[in-house]
Amino acid sequence: MKNDNDGVYGDHISHEYNDDLAALSADFLKMGYMVEEQLTNAVTALIESDGQLADEVRTRDKTVDKLELELDEEATRIIARRQPAAKDLRLVIAVIKMVADLERVGDEAKKIAKFAMTLSEEGQAPSGYVEVRHISSHVLVMLHDALDAFARLDSEQALRVMKEDKIVDEEYKAATRTLLTFMMEDARNISRCMSVMWVLRALERVGDHACNVAEHVIFMVEGEDVRHTSVEKAEKLVAS
Amino acid sequence: MNANENIVSEAGRPEEKVMAMKDPIEDAANAQSAPIQEGKTVGKPYVDDPKYKLRNVEVFYGEDRAIKDVSLDIARNQVISFIGPSGCGKSTFLRCLNRMNDSIDICRVKGDILLDDENIYHSKKDVVELRARVGMVFQKPNPFPKSIYDNVAYGPRIHGLANRKSDLDDIVEESLRKAGLWNEAKDRLHSIATGMSGGQQQRLCIARAIAVSPEVVLMDEPCSALDPIATARIEELISELSESYTIIIVTHSMQQAARVSNRTAYFHMGHLVEVNETNKVFTAPEHKLTESYITGRFG
Repeated sequence: MKNDNDGVYGDHISHEYNDDLAALSADFLKMGYMVEEQLTNAVTALIESDGQLADEVRTRDKTVDKLELELDEEATRIIARRQPAAKDLRLVIAVIKMVADLERVGDEAKKIAKFAMTLSEEGQAPSGYVEVRHISSHVLVMLHDALDAFARLDSEQALRVMKEDKIVDEEYKAATRTLLTFMMEDARNISRCMSVMWVLRALERVGDHACNVAEHVIFMVEGEDVRHTSVEKAEKLVAS
Repeated sequence: MNANENIVSEAGRPEEKVMAMKDPIEDAANAQSAPIQEGKTVGKPYVDDPKYKLRNVEVFYGEDRAIKDVSLDIARNQVISFIGPSGCGKSTFLRCLNRMNDSIDICRVKGDILLDDENIYHSKKDVVELRARVGMVFQKPNPFPKSIYDNVAYGPRIHGLANRKSDLDDIVEESLRKAGLWNEAKDRLHSIATGMSGGQQQRLCIARAIAVSPEVVLMDEPCSALDPIATARIEELISELSESYTIIIVTHSMQQAARVSNRTAYFHMGHLVEVNETNKVFTAPEHKLTESYITGRFG
């Protein structure tokens, strides 16, 4: 993925300042890709009953947490030493907030990995994996697109991510209904279906975090805070 | 590029080298992405019930046009800061507000400058009275080589604001209190003012400016010769004074503008590029040039 941030944040009189902001932006993307990979692996571990892969995901979550701390420290240092203003300030603030979202996505991946381990020990795939497959591929695209919007400073793309979140919410509701019918059909399904339900819930949360990242990207690029506003209103703000 | 090599090859024609050197400030203004339209200021240059109403102001030094078609309102009892790169005209513009430019022979001012709806450049206007209403504080503290007391009492004396010694004493005490200098100065009112520290001298100049009860205080880089603690004191003073005075401050420190002012105006090569609430200017400026300046870049 191309990182355009160097061009936009790299033209200060102070070269060191350029380097600081470029490093912040690059480290954020690094954390983003790592979280993306964690989520992909967690879902694969679940669907393919791969206990070892699930275990790797759990271990690697510590690295994600470490990156969160490092990025927060980097951002704090830039504020203390450079007193950033305007778009530089918005970049730093957005990164601080988006890092928290990424860390939570990492936690959700860990949660899914935990269920993958339990379910792989129990053997035999339960029903509901079609839904997991479907929603997971959807939120993975959202997460990727949100990070891509950050890298390319593309608020239009960030808007598309916000819209996708509404669709994921609907899909989650539909999947819950399907799982409920499985449970009603046969009470022996309940325990496993509940596990899958938790996985779906985690994936739905990932969609929310991707949406938050997208909102922060719009703030960063446009200087408009689109949190807690309707997508239509956000569209108008971006267009103006 | 190798600097030494450059000097050798250019040594024969030094003038040409100077001509060829690019001015980053001018470059920025000519850039396709950040054009300046003369007389067009982005943001919110106008307010309701302004203290100063400035319309189509132009200032010339001889043939040179230093201020180009600037229109702006200055709100009552607020702090507005003028920022911009050196030579952008912010100090020139400030000096129009109490006709300090009158003392420069080749300087000409065009356009309307209304203070409470009254044109201050009207031929019958009393400049001395104007300057009593519009006080000024300069970059370097400039106390008179007199006692602390006499510095503050000077204005009230010449304007006949106090009839009795006790009235004058009251004015001196009140002004020094407002300037946050009373506690440090009360026991040495009759020692010479130039013996004080730089920060104290600057607060004395502020006390002297407000002793004649002005309505407006102009400050031309009031803290650039002071240390951070003295600067913080002056800034604290500015926010206190803004409750009863209109304050216009020219500053090179963007952080200072961000800290003390309600509104910020950005000047560039004689143009007023952008005016808005300080919060807006420092988080999401509208004009590319404003953004380039406050974030420490040009181009």
